Amino acid sequence: MAFTPENLLLAHEILARYPKTKSAILPLAHLAQDQDGRLTQDAMREIAGIVGVTPAEVLGTCSFYTMFKRDEVGRLVVSVCTNVTCLVMGGPEVLEHLEQRYASDKDVTIEEVECLAACGNAPAMQVNYEYHESLTPGSATEIIEAYKAGELTPRGVSGGLVGGGQG
Amino acid sequence: MTSVIGAPNATETRIITKRLRDRPEDSWTIDGFTQSGGYEALRAALKLDPEAIGAEQVAAAGLRGRGGAGFPTGTKWSFLPKGSYPRYLVVNGDEGEPSTFKDRMLIESDPHQLIEGIAISSYAIGCNLAFIYVRGEFALGFERLVEARRDAIAAGFLGTNILGSGFDLDIVIHRGAGAYICGEETALLSSLEGDRGQPRIRPPFPAVAGLYAKPTIVNNVETLSTVPHIMRMGGAEYAKLGVNKSTGTRIFSVSGHVNRPGNYEVELGITFRDLIESPELGGGVRNGGKVKFFIPGGASSQWLTGSDEHLDAPLDMDFVQQTFGVMLGSGAVMVYDETTNPALVAWRLAKFFAHESCGKCTPCREGTGWIEKVLYRISHGYGRPQDLDLLLDVGDNISPGLNAPFSQTTICPLGPSAVSPVVSLHKFFREEVIAMCQNNASALHVTAADSGASEKGAGQ
Ligand SMILES: Cc1cc2nc3c(=O)[nH]c(=O)nc-3n(C[C@H](O)[C@H](O)[C@H](O)COP(=O)(O)O)c2cc1C
Ligand code: SF4
Ligand code: FES
Repeated sequence: MAFTPENLLLAHEILARYPKTKSAILPLAHLAQDQDGRLTQDAMREIAGIVGVTPAEVLGTCSFYTMFKRDEVGRLVVSVCTNVTCLVMGGPEVLEHLEQRYASDKDVTIEEVECLAACGNAPAMQVNYEYHESLTPGSATEIIEAYKAGELTPRGVSGGLVGGGQG
Repeated sequence: MTSVIGAPNATETRIITKRLRDRPEDSWTIDGFTQSGGYEALRAALKLDPEAIGAEQVAAAGLRGRGGAGFPTGTKWSFLPKGSYPRYLVVNGDEGEPSTFKDRMLIESDPHQLIEGIAISSYAIGCNLAFIYVRGEFALGFERLVEARRDAIAAGFLGTNILGSGFDLDIVIHRGAGAYICGEETALLSSLEGDRGQPRIRPPFPAVAGLYAKPTIVNNVETLSTVPHIMRMGGAEYAKLGVNKSTGTRIFSVSGHVNRPGNYEVELGITFRDLIESPELGGGVRNGGKVKFFIPGGASSQWLTGSDEHLDAPLDMDFVQQTFGVMLGSGAVMVYDETTNPALVAWRLAKFFAHESCGKCTPCREGTGWIEKVLYRISHGYGRPQDLDLLLDVGDNISPGLNAPFSQTTICPLGPSAVSPVVSLHKFFREEVIAMCQNNASALHVTAADSGASEKGAGQ
């Protein structure tokens, strides 16, 4: 989907902050991903037009970064850390449990990630880049269920607050 | 416990973490900040000759970078070529070094302190547009910075003619998108320019040709958060804290098998034992156990063990480098008790480096993958006794001589960092690893129940 009129305005505001327009690729890709739930080909083409580079250059940049989801993902992207502190505090067990539990749930995408800078309360995960710490397999499941039931409001898939968090 | 060099009851010395500990309910707001002395250092700095700030305050304080390399900040600023404008200050808030979690806390809990540090530093170096590169995953931190910038502009601490001084400054807050290598300063600049985050060959150094090929200073979040306090205390006074050329305080992120994991700001010069065992700091190893080994300085550093020689070493950047070939790096200290399989930790680190290699240099791109695969088989019960020597051979191709500080066949130090766990296994756990291979012993299965025993600390 093309940028909504509101987001298009914001996109041009973001563009104007930088001495060179190409710098706006990352923030605009975040904006598009929050709007569309992933980073689509169409969005990358539109960003290329706004920034003034080729669509291939936008793809070349965006494909380097793990936060940009070019394939279909769930409404909730759950990033579980298994790096060296979470490793010895139960992170792999949380990951394994969630992978099994949500294997066929289209709403939820479980991914393994590197250190989230939350090691003081390991093991940790993020749901759409919101932190949840000191987890057990059980508590991690409860948190995801709370999002699914609407008791917790998720950020966008790029971590923006719905309605302009990329300001 | 045996010989104790430092104080067994070492405590925190809170300078840059004072506000966020004293008033956790509003430390990140402009009211919380100004009510606790915030922006007074900026007001004072704007009355001084800009050049004097770098030379007479920051350099005199002995401030060294808190991002990893420990380079003297005043010296770095002095490398800017005279008369060349515009010049930029770029703040490194990409914190991705495994087990480092201090910059995230400073960004989320005291963003105005960082902005004040940026404003003073920008004034000192003659910069009118600064950039904060925030790790993409720090969604809340990004929001807090956006709000702080807006409030600071409204209150006249940023923008045009700041506090009537004639000095103008704006800050662009830029989110990364998930790539550890973007913490390396030249990769960070490439990323900020909208490219893939791959390091650049030096020279030219960023101070000469950095962002948009203009003179650029890259400094870490903690480094710049310290600057207002140096102004407040005076550089000479600040230099009285700490030990030798490691002046002042640093935040250490203590994690793993300790009773009180968390961030602790301490005066440099106390010992690792103080940090790990003091009841007000790490609180000792869980279940009354012993330290088997610990990783100082973040994942890139070589390891130390639970020996008295290592535990009683002071937190002094040069001492630990010269004596043990390890670094204080990013200020992370990961502690492992005797239940830990060191080969498993080494494998997970190798997996990290293999995943995060940007792919630009062959020794790193290929070598990190090899190291990961061989460590996988060692740590998962398929190792061969000669595998450790194979790993050293691979490592030698990335970092010839396998020494620390390392030599490198690569553009940036990420490749050589991946060799640190290998060298550490060889140095301290050679027999254990070979025995594992002979017995085909598989990895310890770590469960949440194992970790439940550790009393949760202050959190951040
Ligand atoms: C692979 C790699 C990752 C790095 N990651 C970070 C980081 O996340 N944050 C940081 O401040 N410095 C990081 N650094 C160090 C920076 O390159 C640079 O030295 C630092 O930002 C300079 O700031 P300082 O002098 O204030 O420490 C990294 C270096 C390397 C080689
Ligand atoms: S050492 Fe590795 S991460 Fe660094 S530039 Fe080379 S390939 Fe990239
Ligand atoms: S190791 Fe998991 S958050 Fe740092």
